[in-house]
Amino acid sequence: MIAIVDYRAGNLSSVARALAFLGHACEITDRPDAVARAERVILPGVGAAGATMENLRALGLDQVLTEQVIGAGKPFLGICIGIQVLLDSSEENDAKCLGVIRGHALRFPATTDGVRLKVPQIGWNRVNLLREHPLFDGIPDGTYFYFVNSYYPDLVDSGDAVALADYGVRFVAALARGPVMATQFHLEKSGGAGLRMLDNFCRYQAGRDAL
Amino acid sequence: MLSKRIIPCLDVRAGKVTKGVAFLDNVDVGDPVDMARYYYEQGADEIVFYDITASSERRAIMLDVVDRVARELFIPFTVGGGLRSLKDMRAVLLAGAEKVSIDSGAVREPGLIAEGAQAFGSQCVVLSMQVARRERSRQLPSGYEIVIDGGRLPTGLDAVEWARRGEELGAGELCVNSIDRDGTNLGYELELTRCIVDAVSIPVIASGGAGAPEHLLAVFNEAGADAAIVASIIHYGRYGLPELKEFLKEHGVEVREPYRPQRSSP
Repeated sequence: MIAIVDYRAGNLSSVARALAFLGHACEITDRPDAVARAERVILPGVGAAGATMENLRALGLDQVLTEQVIGAGKPFLGICIGIQVLLDSSEENDAKCLGVIRGHALRFPATTDGVRLKVPQIGWNRVNLLREHPLFDGIPDGTYFYFVNSYYPDLVDSGDAVALADYGVRFVAALARGPVMATQFHLEKSGGAGLRMLDNFCRYQAGRDAL
Repeated sequence: MLSKRIIPCLDVRAGKVTKGVAFLDNVDVGDPVDMARYYYEQGADEIVFYDITASSERRAIMLDVVDRVARELFIPFTVGGGLRSLKDMRAVLLAGAEKVSIDSGAVREPGLIAEGAQAFGSQCVVLSMQVARRERSRQLPSGYEIVIDGGRLPTGLDAVEWARRGEELGAGELCVNSIDRDGTNLGYELELTRCIVDAVSIPVIASGGAGAPEHLLAVFNEAGADAAIVASIIHYGRYGLPELKEFLKEHGVEVREPYRPQRSSP
């Protein structure tokens, strides 16, 4: 069973609908025991980092995620806010996050080279692959994905980055360390390419990325 | 950087699309789900549904359409028409829409924009504006006025002021529809679009008047729109979405190329 973590915000049902469309059984849950039991876990959604972390802590999910999911080597996928949650901290609400991946979420600058930047970025942006990863199996370099974000991950170890996109700054659009993966873009809203990646995650077997 | 978005708009009345695609054999042209699927496969970047009846008893029919679309189309789609309360907005979002579009309801009760942004996030709230060209005056310094209730009722609100207010209240995007150009196929109202684009720092979706590929090129390159609504230009088969995108690409506009699956690595 795949658990979709319900942290009392965001629209989680579109990820559940996408998994149902792909034929993967899943459960939207806020129960620590259900998340701990799941074979793999997805943390999706749009939200503020501060509120998301507060809710995860209040529900007792932060420890379950770090110890019984990520610590136990189960496949984990963060989407949008889910990428920020993995980092040490976020500039948004000065939130302290899970600290699984070393890094900090930064806000896009208001201008770049004197040109005003619209924040959040809303729309389809091109994603460039830095390395192969099972999550991107079948996805050509330069594929467009749907983004809605004001913050982006600034990683301490660039080796965690899997793909980049450009929005005034070149930023990490996807990261992975072993079975822990995350995308800044919305897989559940990115058409066929997003569905393919969700399917890749659901089929992911640990060890395959050690190619 | 972001590609320019092309957004087909489907007008729905009592669960049926009111403008059909006459040239399609294998699509139920009245069925919003079939039409949406067709445009999705053609490379639409988003889809907008306007429920043009939007009475409370018809709302359940629309929610069913939204639910069916959300089960099989995995690109963002927006639902608008007659949304008057947080409850209306929540129902549409829970049924699976990515965004809600509010229009007359927001003019009557501007707090609705802030409430929606607070409850669901700004990225969910599109402020849709019906705009008419007028003489410039002290009350209407931009020379554009907001009209409501399907364009029938003038409000005395200046369009640029309303756009700024909408942004302040928390709208994530603005959809600017020229009622002078709507249905004319004469091209988007470029001056209006430019005015709004220059006044706000959120994405602007241009609407009303697309009749030829050049109109899209102009609204992106000259007016600076982030996205453009298309309706009759594609509904009646004069142009297909791939053809429009190809034209834009040839003229240097970044548009999203559809995903073509790559063979799996061994």
